[in-house]
Amino acid sequence: MIHLLTDGVSRRALKLLAGLCLALIAAPLAASDYLITVLILVLYFAYVGQAWNIMMGFAGQLSLGHALYVGLGAYAAAALYVHFGVGPWLGLWVAMASAAAVGAVIGFLAFRFGVGGVYFAILTIAFAEFARIGFDHWSWLGGSAGLFLPVANYAHNDLLTLRGGPTMFYYVMLTMTGAAFVVCHALLRSRIGYYWLAIRESPDAAQALGIDIFRCKMVAVVVSAAMTSLGGVLFAFYYNNLFPEQIFHISRSIELILGPIIGGIGTLVGPIVGAFLLTALAETLSEILRWAGIDLPGIKQVFYGFCLLGVVMFLPDGVWPPLGRWLGLAREEGER
Amino acid sequence: MPAEIYLNVAVSGLLTGLVYGLMALGLSVIFGVVRVVNFAHGEMMTIAMYLAVALFSAYKLDPLVMLVPIAAVLFALGYVMQRGLINPFINRPEHSQFMLLVAVALIMVNALLIAFGPDARGVQTSYAFASFALGPLIVDANKAYAALAAVAVAGGLFAFFRYTLLGKAIRACADNYAGALVVGLDVKQLYALTFAIGSACVGACGAMMVLLVDVTPPLGPTYTLLAFVIVITGGLGSMAGALLGGVLIGVTEAMGGLLFTPSAKSMFTFAILVVVLLFRPQGLLGKRLT
Amino acid sequence: MTALLEVAGISKSFTGLRALENVSFVVPEGSIVGLIGPNGAGKTTCFNVVAGVTRADAGEVRLAGTRIDGWRPDQVCRAGIGRTFQLVKPFAGLSVMENVLVGALNACASVREAKARAGDIIEQLGLAEKRRAMAASLTLPERKRLEVARALATGPRLLMLDEVMAGLRPTETDHMVALFRTLNANMGLTILLIEHVMRAVMALSSGLIVLNHGQVIAAGPPAEVTRDPAVLECYLGEEAV
Repeated sequence: MIHLLTDGVSRRALKLLAGLCLALIAAPLAASDYLITVLILVLYFAYVGQAWNIMMGFAGQLSLGHALYVGLGAYAAAALYVHFGVGPWLGLWVAMASAAAVGAVIGFLAFRFGVGGVYFAILTIAFAEFARIGFDHWSWLGGSAGLFLPVANYAHNDLLTLRGGPTMFYYVMLTMTGAAFVVCHALLRSRIGYYWLAIRESPDAAQALGIDIFRCKMVAVVVSAAMTSLGGVLFAFYYNNLFPEQIFHISRSIELILGPIIGGIGTLVGPIVGAFLLTALAETLSEILRWAGIDLPGIKQVFYGFCLLGVVMFLPDGVWPPLGRWLGLAREEGER
Repeated sequence: MPAEIYLNVAVSGLLTGLVYGLMALGLSVIFGVVRVVNFAHGEMMTIAMYLAVALFSAYKLDPLVMLVPIAAVLFALGYVMQRGLINPFINRPEHSQFMLLVAVALIMVNALLIAFGPDARGVQTSYAFASFALGPLIVDANKAYAALAAVAVAGGLFAFFRYTLLGKAIRACADNYAGALVVGLDVKQLYALTFAIGSACVGACGAMMVLLVDVTPPLGPTYTLLAFVIVITGGLGSMAGALLGGVLIGVTEAMGGLLFTPSAKSMFTFAILVVVLLFRPQGLLGKRLT
Repeated sequence: MTALLEVAGISKSFTGLRALENVSFVVPEGSIVGLIGPNGAGKTTCFNVVAGVTRADAGEVRLAGTRIDGWRPDQVCRAGIGRTFQLVKPFAGLSVMENVLVGALNACASVREAKARAGDIIEQLGLAEKRRAMAASLTLPERKRLEVARALATGPRLLMLDEVMAGLRPTETDHMVALFRTLNANMGLTILLIEHVMRAVMALSSGLIVLNHGQVIAAGPPAEVTRDPAVLECYLGEEAV
């Protein structure tokens, strides 16, 4: 079964990948608590970036309101836990279902009515904003004062209710990111994966070859939404507090697309590379500023802005394609 | 509630809406001609607002008096942006252009945060608490002056595009890019000028807006979104549509705030956006984009 | 012979321009029919109506007796019509193999099967050497062959070709003609082709339909049609080889 996935991937790439996996699995043994929390964040952005990538990179729809699905997933799972004592492993199904449903609505409205490109992006922003303001007024979910999850003690790791220390969350996030990677890899080689690429390249030609564009786009949106919502579930149980102002805010939406854009839209490895690169650079910047004694709120965002600007201007396909070539990971058929 | 309150709120919304309309006008002009979606529009207005605040606190200069200089600064900024940054992107895919301006907006908002801090800053003019009484109507002096200024600037813009040679040249670029090139128009220069004009518009708007609200850095993205909603509602590329859309949104916001809760008023704005995008994507007065 | 494609009374106007007026014709099963006429006669519009890209104002289109007018292009493809585009539309960022694979997925249940099918068709179209090349790197004649390969991969009953010979050298044209003849003879593939390259049209077609100004002015065996005075008149001065 494994060979189906490794079919067409160069040996060099597999070795590098295996190496990276081992390093990541062993990391908590050598790393400080702080570094683990940073890595959790990196993996989180790699994960949601990957999920967003399905919609943008594979189906070509620019979503600037993806924080909507993070928030929906977070609130669904959190509400079930807080109000009914339902653990996250059950709650996540509700989270995915709600996000998928909302995604389907947005997708339907957009694709049936021919809303595309920039208009679609604005539509997604509007929905996210709508949710932000709406949830602010939803008292059962805490409203603007926030929803809080009961915290036990950190010394005891409980996987069933996701209560525990950073290391536990690290492995959960690592598993999620790894699974996302495998799933996307499989999707790209599947029927729908090829259909998505075809639609992205030339919708007219795709239709002439029997591809139902509406259906394929809907699948991309729904899968992307459901996958993103799982990130939200983790977010809820990791931070233990949710505020609509924060979780649905447009800066969250922009934050989560930075990774894939910088890493490379439409590529499999792009979002992961992007997330690592961005966080590494940001942490370095923080260190330098700390050492220099400068404290400027917002400087990180300015830095992100310049990174984005640089990538958009000089490396429009992202960092991964040239990096991959430099590492000698030649593009084999079927590998992206 | 007595009818006067509805009337007053509606009129207040209308006046604010005229200022919104001017802001959207700038965006519409830019999109209509250069075909670039200026995602940094609201952020540029925020810059203008901070300029007004700074000038007021330093020299006690009324924002409306400083309207022209502030607009001039934004004109220059817009020109440089288009010429230097955006022009090379004209032929790139849509999402690339979009992301470019998202990046610029991100930098602007946070640069303002670093420069001015997160606290709200405002302008307290001598007429800040004055008002005019017209029968049952009580109109805030601030809003009245701002709206008048907005109408004046919009009128000036209409006249520019209709009657001046430069204005016609710009409209030619919008209608037919290749045709404009063929008759020898320096399209790159005209694009830069158009972006500059749109920016000047938003700069003037900032000077007016500072009379209506206090400024904080996150206001930028909020107004960018608002400008988009108005432009889409009124019709991309239609100047009258931008003003009409502005008034519509202004009134809806105000009435929504009155009838429900003030903090929920932007939900109506988004509801309008969704409805327009679905049923009349070219907007109220727009032409169908081919 | 039974009719595979029946077009009856198709009319289409584009804001004031009458592109097609009461067009009717029949493509018998297993035949190769040429759709010819001067530029602007409405041939591609006709294709687009059959393929579901354009909705006709009036008339019916039937494939093996079933009405398909008003269907979406992907539904038309699944019903059994494959078509190429006059201005080729390759999936530029995908390889030749992947391009044809997408087409083959229409006819196969699994990706594995589709890969095999695509491989065969690539061989048939003489693109085997370029199977891993990016479609964007192909020359125009190669792109045309890719276009045909892709449409063929969908497993159509009727293949509609829109000026696939344009820009090909005579040897390449002959190769294509031989290929279509083989597909028609061995697999019973019905072909409707729009062509200006008379060499190909005359070599392939068992029947011709002539369009001019959106109307059918002649239909029948090539020998008759090419002697029809109305046809000669509309072509006078438009000699195309």
